[in-house]
Amino acid sequence: MRAVLTVIGKDTVGILAGISVACAKRNVNISDVSQTIMQDLFCMIMMCDITDISVPFDSFVDEITALGKERGLSIHVMHEDIFNAMHTI
Amino acid sequence: MYNTRDILETITMIQDENLDIRTVTMGISLLSCIDSDIDAACKKVYDKIVTMASNLVPVCEQIEKELGIPIINKRISVTPIAMLASACQTHNIVKFAVTLENAAKAVGVNYIGGYSALVQKGFAYGDYALIESIPEALSVTEHVCSSVNIGSTKAGINMDAVAMMGRVIKKAAQATADKNCMGAAKIVVLCNAPEDNPFMAGAFHGAGEPDCVINVGVSGPGVVRAAIAKSSGLDITGIADLIKRTAFKITRMGQLVAREASKRLGVPFGIVDLSLAPTPAVGDSVAHILEEMGLEVCGACGTTAALAMLNDAVKKGGVMASSHVGGLSGAFIPVSEDAGMIDAAKCGALSIEKLEAMTAVCSVGLDMINIPGDTPDEVISAIIADEAAIGMVNSKTTAVRVIPAIGKKVGEELSFGGLFGSAPVMKVNTASPKKFIQRGGRIPAPLQSLKN
Repeated sequence: MRAVLTVIGKDTVGILAGISVACAKRNVNISDVSQTIMQDLFCMIMMCDITDISVPFDSFVDEITALGKERGLSIHVMHEDIFNAMHTI
Repeated sequence: MYNTRDILETITMIQDENLDIRTVTMGISLLSCIDSDIDAACKKVYDKIVTMASNLVPVCEQIEKELGIPIINKRISVTPIAMLASACQTHNIVKFAVTLENAAKAVGVNYIGGYSALVQKGFAYGDYALIESIPEALSVTEHVCSSVNIGSTKAGINMDAVAMMGRVIKKAAQATADKNCMGAAKIVVLCNAPEDNPFMAGAFHGAGEPDCVINVGVSGPGVVRAAIAKSSGLDITGIADLIKRTAFKITRMGQLVAREASKRLGVPFGIVDLSLAPTPAVGDSVAHILEEMGLEVCGACGTTAALAMLNDAVKKGGVMASSHVGGLSGAFIPVSEDAGMIDAAKCGALSIEKLEAMTAVCSVGLDMINIPGDTPDEVISAIIADEAAIGMVNSKTTAVRVIPAIGKKVGEELSFGGLFGSAPVMKVNTASPKKFIQRGGRIPAPLQSLKN
């Protein structure tokens, strides 16, 4: 099972580190990262493996969203099913 | 691996363009609750709903969070209550409405539909009592929605019921005059009512449906409008293709949510309803799609053609995305629930007559329209008859949900709040149809019904 984690916001020191730590804490493996700076905005997409996640997925979503709010970033974690459904036939 | 553009497109649709699942509706059959003692029947109804739907709201909230897609409403539809009332030895059946209200509150759903009667060919025992009780039922409850099917292509139009519904709608508005006439906003009069509709106020669980079922209604006018806005220089063929592609994506999401909800609740999946359902929020308007296509304002000449194309393209795109499509499946044009329609009605570009023409090419009918509070009952009945005739002849669902704004005149505003929105009171042609409505009887089924 995989989830897609997206981060959009102002570039600051330690964004990647903060999110990686939060993922590691819950046994979420980051399998792919793509990152870019669009104008001033930091924009990152992570593919995460949530097969062995140590907490229910919805509470992980809450944790990550709270982390985003703390740092002034817009972070979304969504199950990969939604992208599969929308963009593949 | 996903492409970055696809991922960002999905997030933009949800964040900025108001893409959401409008409703997950659980249909519950109450046929097993029939009892000649109304108190015993009510107890069975309450127990069955609370048992079947106990997990509906928590499961939807979980799916919402995991997939990152908002599910705006969780609803229940039940067997038309007139069928249960027919067995009861009493005419005071408002108890059923109160039971539905209590059950809806207990499981935390937004609405419960099915305080309904199907009288297209005539009244069965229980139907009269139910229809007469609607104004009171809607004034003592908050979550209950009511519908009455008064016509069909197969049966024709029951003009006695049409005459009755004009009075009932007026009474429902009067009984809730202190609550912005909300009673009339929760009653809809239908022709060719579908039995698996997840949308309120017309949702009920038909007699041919399984014991329990999950139906999903999607939304997404904002996404369609944004897709057209981002395109440039397309001709109408190009626009139609673009709408089809967008509708496909929206519906796939609905299908995913329906499948998940059905799996987690252990209830069979019924249908996905392909309707484009607007909300009063800015950027979630069907009227704005039509305007984006090139109309100065919704209601201008060309509106019916643009809407016909939109409605058809949404169905063509959506039908391949879902394994079972049903319900109303078409673009909705409720006036008070659509920011663009509200503006068009305010500036006088949109009239009831134009809306009536629009309903011939889309789902569903004259919806959420405020009319003057002193509109005579027979005029409301005649509006219903006209709309039902369009449905009957074209073999499609049509509906009337008009709200007599008690104490208000043309141009004044009546606001309902929430998803119901607000709208100006619109002008109604009051030349009297009294004699026509008073004749009663039944409009015979049209030739189109003889297909065998």
